Amino acid sequence: MFSSLKKKVGEVLLPGDEFSYDTDDTISLTEHVKPEKVVCGPGLRRSGDRLLVCKSGVLRHKQPNMFWIDSQQRRYVPAKGETVIGIIAAKAGDVFKVDFGGSEQASLSYLAFEGATKRNRPNVQVGDLVFAQFTIANKDMEPELVCIDSSGRANGMGVFGGGGLLFKVSLGLVRRLLSPNSEIHSDLDQMFPCELVVGMNGRVWVKSSSVQQTLIIANLLQSCDTMTGPQRQELFRRVQTGAL
Amino acid sequence: MKDTPLSNCERDFLLKAIEDKKRLDGRQTYDYRRIKITFGTDYGCCFVDLGKTRVMAQVSCELVAPKENRPNEGIMFFNIELSPMASPGFEQGRQSELSVKLNRQLERCLRNSKCIDTESLCVVSGEKVWQIRVDVHMLNHDGNLMDAASIAAITALCHFRRPDVSINGDEVTVYSPEERDPIPLSIYHMPISVSFSFFQQGTYLLVDPCEREERVMDGLLMIAMNKHREICSIQSSGGIMLLKEQVMRCSKIASVKVSEITELISKALENDRKARKAGEKCGFAESMPQERITALKTDETPVEMTDVTERANEIIQKAEPPLQTIPSLLVPAPGVGQVGQGLQNTWGLEEEEEEEEDDEDENSGEEQKEQTKMMEEEHDEKEESREGHVVQLSDSEEEEVVILHPETPNKTPKNAGSATHQKGATKSKRRQKK
Repeated sequence: MFSSLKKKVGEVLLPGDEFSYDTDDTISLTEHVKPEKVVCGPGLRRSGDRLLVCKSGVLRHKQPNMFWIDSQQRRYVPAKGETVIGIIAAKAGDVFKVDFGGSEQASLSYLAFEGATKRNRPNVQVGDLVFAQFTIANKDMEPELVCIDSSGRANGMGVFGGGGLLFKVSLGLVRRLLSPNSEIHSDLDQMFPCELVVGMNGRVWVKSSSVQQTLIIANLLQSCDTMTGPQRQELFRRVQTGAL
Repeated sequence: MKDTPLSNCERDFLLKAIEDKKRLDGRQTYDYRRIKITFGTDYGCCFVDLGKTRVMAQVSCELVAPKENRPNEGIMFFNIELSPMASPGFEQGRQSELSVKLNRQLERCLRNSKCIDTESLCVVSGEKVWQIRVDVHMLNHDGNLMDAASIAAITALCHFRRPDVSINGDEVTVYSPEERDPIPLSIYHMPISVSFSFFQQGTYLLVDPCEREERVMDGLLMIAMNKHREICSIQSSGGIMLLKEQVMRCSKIASVKVSEITELISKALENDRKARKAGEKCGFAESMPQERITALKTDETPVEMTDVTERANEIIQKAEPPLQTIPSLLVPAPGVGQVGQGLQNTWGLEEEEEEEEDDEDENSGEEQKEQTKMMEEEHDEKEESREGHVVQLSDSEEEEVVILHPETPNKTPKNAGSATHQKGATKSKRRQKK
């Protein structure tokens, strides 16, 4: 199993592809046989003694035995601990209903902000943006968001200030943007200085010096979803010389 | 499922951008998004892409009894379907406010403007008329559904062909498309709707609003017009007060847009007609990209047969006589005999000769004997007798034949003329394979 998976790393797989255990004809009697363990990430699913691919994308591998499919989907499924950009959809008693682009709305307690108490409510209006983290993300339960970390600090989360533009990109691009030493991010940083908030749910918020700049950055990010590195750099350079 | 709410930040940004005469996708105030019109494989099926908005219209017809008050007029029926595929906010199977509004507007635009000759749809007065049904399906919603729907509907109606009928006494015969060519509908003019959205109580005006612009607009004005600058319907919604000058300006913009779109539609129809006539791939099939596997296939090369004999002769004349090579290649090593036809004893031969054998297998048998005798005189005659083969193999240049079909080189008849040259090529190929 491990070796057959390893062989396919970096290749494009489609839903329905499968891996099965290699049946060894010879069993070593002297050596202690260590059972093979493989950790399956998104896009891989176990079914009996087979491993099925259920998303189309590139197979990735992380030492020692983690495998997952890197896909370009746009639909967000919440996962615990991920940070997202949500829109306050309603105030319902002591919780806010937050739309994060998933199948249902998440709840966000008004006490889950830094420095919030029963008396000191945070100033959040319907339609505001929040950057928050999932504490409950379960397929059978309503997802729950908080804007504080475990020690009660805001840690970058909370309600957004005014201005800026929100737009959607694919989840693959978001992951690329958020990965440490991401090329897209460094390219963008050099050419167009801006404030950028990236949520794992595919929402990106951009604020820069002018409306024109913000629009350019938004369109660039949306277009570089399907580009290779050189193509993207070429485009960035052209835009920088042409439009500014 | 609920639609994604619009955040305050998006609203503020959009309004500010509109004040600065900027739009999200970099368009100017009066620009339309890119319009693309494609057709399905059947008549009367049309897809319209307006930026990311995508709409499909399908026209169908049926023989029904006419309405009592209009016994000799056909019936037009319009239906707009907003499926959840277009936007998660749309619900299946329920008439929402938006769908009723769009449906009504489409009817006003196409039926009430009398753009289709309904009397020509009458088969037997008071008994049988054609009912033309236009189904418009929204496939993706990115704003301005009305314009996309009106373009799709009128293009599909222009593209549609109804079956021919004949009346013989009391008998009505409907002919299948194989028996008689179907007949197009008679269309007098093409009304096309153009939408204008107003912001800040009518201070700013945008043509062809996208989805997010539609959400922040204050009012909407839809003008349906044909290319003769006749207004077919006009509707203002959103409850804003418009000045007379604004309406006049909108109608002027609409006339320009309508003439552009009409031209685009007629061009698309013309292209499709030509493609269908020529039997090329048309409609949906054309829009599908070629798959990689079929792209690897080589098409059959058409062969020019007119002056092949002369050309072949010419080549033979020009070619140098291959004196030394042939006998040395074909005569086996001294002392080696040959048994049977087409078989060659390869004992004690070099590898080169083995390869030659592969190449020549078929024509080796008899020819070898001839060639060992080596008759220069017969040379030309022999070539001519083999020309037939050369032509069948799609090209008279053997070198190319060898390269195109490396698997079947033994079928290639050897032209003694260019033999030296070409055998070298084959050999090198085979080496690579090994």
